[in-house]
This record gives sequence, structure tokens and C-alpha cells, in this order.
Amino acid sequence: MTTSDHDSTGLATVEPGGELAERFENPGLPAHRHRMADVDPQAARRAERQVATLFGLSAVGTILTLVAYFAVKFEGDLTDNEYLSRVQLSNILLGTGLFLALFGIGAGAVHWAKTLMPDEERIELRHDQRGSDEDRADAVAILKEGAAESGLGRRPLIRNSLIAAMALVPLPAVALLRDTGPMPGRQLETSPWKKGDRLVRDAGGGPIKAADIQVGSVVHVMPDGLQETGAKLEERAKGAVLLVRLNPADLNEAATAGSYDGIVAYSKICTHMGCPVGLYEQQTHHLLCPCHQSTFDVTKNCEVIFGPARRPLPKLAITVDDEGYLVAKDGFTEPIGPSFWERA
Amino acid sequence: MTALAARRRHPMATAVLVLLSLVVIGVLYALAVPGKAAAVPAAADDVAAGKQLFLANCATCHGTNAEGRAYAPSLVGVGAAAVDFQVGTGRMPLQATGPQAPASGNVRYTEDEIKQMAAYVASLAPGPAVPAADAVDPAKGSAERGGDLFRTNCAMCHNFAANGGALTRGKYAPNLNGTTPTDIYEAMLTGPQSMPVFSDSNISPENKRDIIAWVRTIKTQPSPGGLSLGGIGPVSEGLAAWVVGLVALIGCAVWLGAKAS
Repeated sequence: MTTSDHDSTGLATVEPGGELAERFENPGLPAHRHRMADVDPQAARRAERQVATLFGLSAVGTILTLVAYFAVKFEGDLTDNEYLSRVQLSNILLGTGLFLALFGIGAGAVHWAKTLMPDEERIELRHDQRGSDEDRADAVAILKEGAAESGLGRRPLIRNSLIAAMALVPLPAVALLRDTGPMPGRQLETSPWKKGDRLVRDAGGGPIKAADIQVGSVVHVMPDGLQETGAKLEERAKGAVLLVRLNPADLNEAATAGSYDGIVAYSKICTHMGCPVGLYEQQTHHLLCPCHQSTFDVTKNCEVIFGPARRPLPKLAITVDDEGYLVAKDGFTEPIGPSFWERA
Repeated sequence: MTALAARRRHPMATAVLVLLSLVVIGVLYALAVPGKAAAVPAAADDVAAGKQLFLANCATCHGTNAEGRAYAPSLVGVGAAAVDFQVGTGRMPLQATGPQAPASGNVRYTEDEIKQMAAYVASLAPGPAVPAADAVDPAKGSAERGGDLFRTNCAMCHNFAANGGALTRGKYAPNLNGTTPTDIYEAMLTGPQSMPVFSDSNISPENKRDIIAWVRTIKTQPSPGGLSLGGIGPVSEGLAAWVVGLVALIGCAVWLGAKAS
């Protein structure tokens, strides 16, 4: 392509030598366009009033905030609903007032600058970034002189001991940071469940008789002994178990192992991200995780039938004790919850 | 001394005495237990009327003896509570096939008819009965304890503010906004559709009333933070933040950059 066919559009023309023609002149800045407020004194006064209105709105907002803060009272003989209504009113008034107070100042200032302050374009040329040759030579000379005066090249003992000291200095940081928190240890692999633990209701407490559970029931359970201990929240979080009773004929062979007369117990902690899997559909026997829709089939030993989870929910083998209450036959045989690096 | 005493050895005296005793006992019995005597035939009427209603309206799917079919469950042993819930909320008769039977405002039967059908189904086999008004009175329950139980047993499906939520394949746990206390009680007792059963041994009748009290409380109390945006959590709040908040911020940025006219 030696010549361009874009001439008519005036976009580009390539000369036979391959160079771009110096066709374009610097167009310079467009002509300054005056604003309404620059040419029309009435428009200027209007803009002035608008700015003042915005600032005034801010003042109103500030007063509204103060009035709302002091006038809406929460004391006195209030019912719960009256109290919550006042909280609602207070929040709405405080929010609206503070919004007006701050937005009024900001919007007024911007409107002021845009309409009334001078907006003539000015041109200031940039300076060169590079220093002069003499300054650069001076700087190099100073650095070289400093290096020679330190004598690092002549005194290797100082140099080597400095390197050793610098290498050792970070070590205390490693030791101190290591002790900022307890190491996780085997916490991820253990659960509070152990052989013989009674299953008790999560809310309300109390052991559960196998005979009392109706087919189609779901009970949210914890190991016995964790109800009152508020401090053991982490243990409770790992101990959450879902108890479901199905028709024994609905369970497959794997699901029947460790079950008691159609009653099965599975960890409630999702094997994907650790959400509580609690949405049990009585008719389909599907157990759904609310976070990412992993779905487990209770009749098939909680196999994953949909969603991002990759492992079935760990099963808690159960049986009954002499008094007919449900107990754990054993603890969990695998770590509960989501995968982690060291998981076997 | 009198004529009566003089005839006490008459051969007919024993027969007269026995007759007199029988009359007295019969009259006293009738006076002492009139209610029961009157109620029995009425209930029998209900069952008979209910059976007629059942055969006309339900038997096509549930079978003439309520034994169920492949696509409709057996109603033997579901109890009066299940009938009162399913028919009283307009879920039954099913209006169309779908993932689940939705509650509809279109309740097809009068209260009396529902009662009759419930009596018939309850007569097939023992099952949960319709709760008494006292058992579902929210004023008598503890909303605090109910909230604790709700968060453990109900919130995963019905949402933390009882606004309902999605299940799999088009099924869902409904919003409990317009659900009457009796309906909530019956749903827990019978486990309709996807919902598990929460029998009295799992959640005691008092605790059921506590849950009803909590649902009533959460549904009637004002939202302290301002607009509740449906109370369904991050979805609606995020939508409002992105659509309203971000559009407002972009509007401000455009205004800042625009030259004044």
C-alpha cells in the first residue's frame, strides 16, 4: 500500500517513503466558552442563590440531626414495639439529617466552583525532569567518596560481622509471631463426639428416646455436656448433628450401617464450606445446604447428588443405651466439615 | 301403719320396686350425662357427611378408602390436623400439578365441611387432632424461648425472620406472614409436603406455642433499621445497594465531571 484511499476522510496519508505526512497543525485549545453565569448577571445571581440554598439545606440537616437526637426519647414505660418504632424513627431522622448536612456542603461547594469561580484555561509548561550534567556528576562523586571512606573493602571483618548480625535480626520476629496464637494442632480432625455420648436436643436440651421419634422427624442434636458450657462454642460448632428418622426400608445398605431402626445421624457441617446443612425434605429425603445448594441423599448414606460438595456428610453411628435413650456408638470416624491441607 | 306399709308383703311388691328403681336410675342417668348422649350421634353424622365429601372431592386421587395412590399419599392415620391444614389453607384439593401444592386464598369448603372431612379421616386411624384454641394462643407463649427453638429447628428453611426460602427443584418453604397460629401448630405436628414432622416428643406443645408466639412477635414488630426490604437477607439488600446506591454515586460522579452550562 503506497497511497491511502482514506484521503477523502482526511484520516491518514502515507507517502511513498512510508513516513506519515506532517499534515496536522496543532489545533490548540478550543475557544473558551463562557458560562451563563459569566455573561448574564441574572444567571449569576441565580447560581448564587442555588449555592446558598444548598448550604442552607446543610444547616437544616444539622439542626434536624440535633433535634432528632434530643427529641426522640427511648426512656419511659414503652412496650417493645413502641421502643422499636422509636429506634426506627430515630435512625431515619438521624440518617436523613446527617445526609443533608454533609451532602449540602459538598454539593454547594461543587456547584459554587462550577458556576461562579473563574474557569479560564491557563497554560503552564512543564520543567525538564532530568538534572543538569554537573549535578549528576556531583552526586556520583559524593557516593563514591562515601564508599571509600567507610573502608568496607579494606576491613572484611566489619563487613562479615555486619552481614551476620543482619541475618540474625529477623529471628526474634519469627519466634514472637509464632506465639501470637495457639497452633491449630489436631482440632480440625477431632470432634466432641465420643463413644457412649447421649444425643441431646440442641435447643431445649434433654436426651432423646428412640421410641419417641416419629418417622419423618428431624431433631437437631448435640453431644451431652455441651449445653451449659457457653465457652465451648467451637466444640458446639463441630458437634452439630442432624438426626432423621425414615422408614427403614428406604435406607440402602450403606445408610443402614450405624443406624438404629431407621434413625440416622449425620454431621450438620457441610463438607464443602462448612455451612450448617439443615434443609431436610421429608418426601424426597434430600438434605440441602443453604449456602451453595449441595444436596445429599439421606437414603444413600448422604451421598452428594448435586452441588459443589465432593464428600458425603460424615455419619455418626448410633445405638440405644439400657434406658432406651439414643447414644453414639462411636465418635466420627473421619474429620467433619470442609477439606483442609493436612486432611488424610 | 299406713296402707303402703301394710302391703309390703304383697307378691307384686318386688316387681314394683325393681321397676321403680329402673325408672329412677334411667332418669338420673339421662340428666347426668346429656352432653355425651347428644354428641355421639352428631360426630357420627360428621363422619358420614365427611365420607360423602371425601368420596366426591378427594377419592379420585387419594382412593375411595383414602388408601393413597402412586401420586397421592395415603390419608390413613394423618389425623384431623392434616386435613384442617391442607384443606383449610387452600392447598388441597390440589389446583394443578407442580413441585408443591401452594397455599391459596381459594378455600373451597366451609369450616363445617372441613370439620366433617377431618372427622372422617380421623375416624380411619388415630392421628393428630386439631389443636385447641388455648394450645396455639401466642399470648400464652414465650417469644424468647420460641426464638431459640425457631432458629435451631425452623430458620434454615423458613428464614431467620420467617419469610420463607427456596428448597430444591422448585419446592420452597413458605413465608409465615399470613399463617394462622393453628396452621403453624398443625404444620409442625403433621409435617406437610417437604416439611419434617415435629411431633410432641420432639417439640413439646408448650414449645410449639412459644414458637407461635415468636413468629407473631417477629411479624408484628417494626423494623428498627428502617426499610426491611423483605427481610430475606443479603439478596435484596445487595440489590438495593447496587442499584440505588451505585446509581446515585455514578450520578454524582457524572455531575462532578460535567461542565456547567
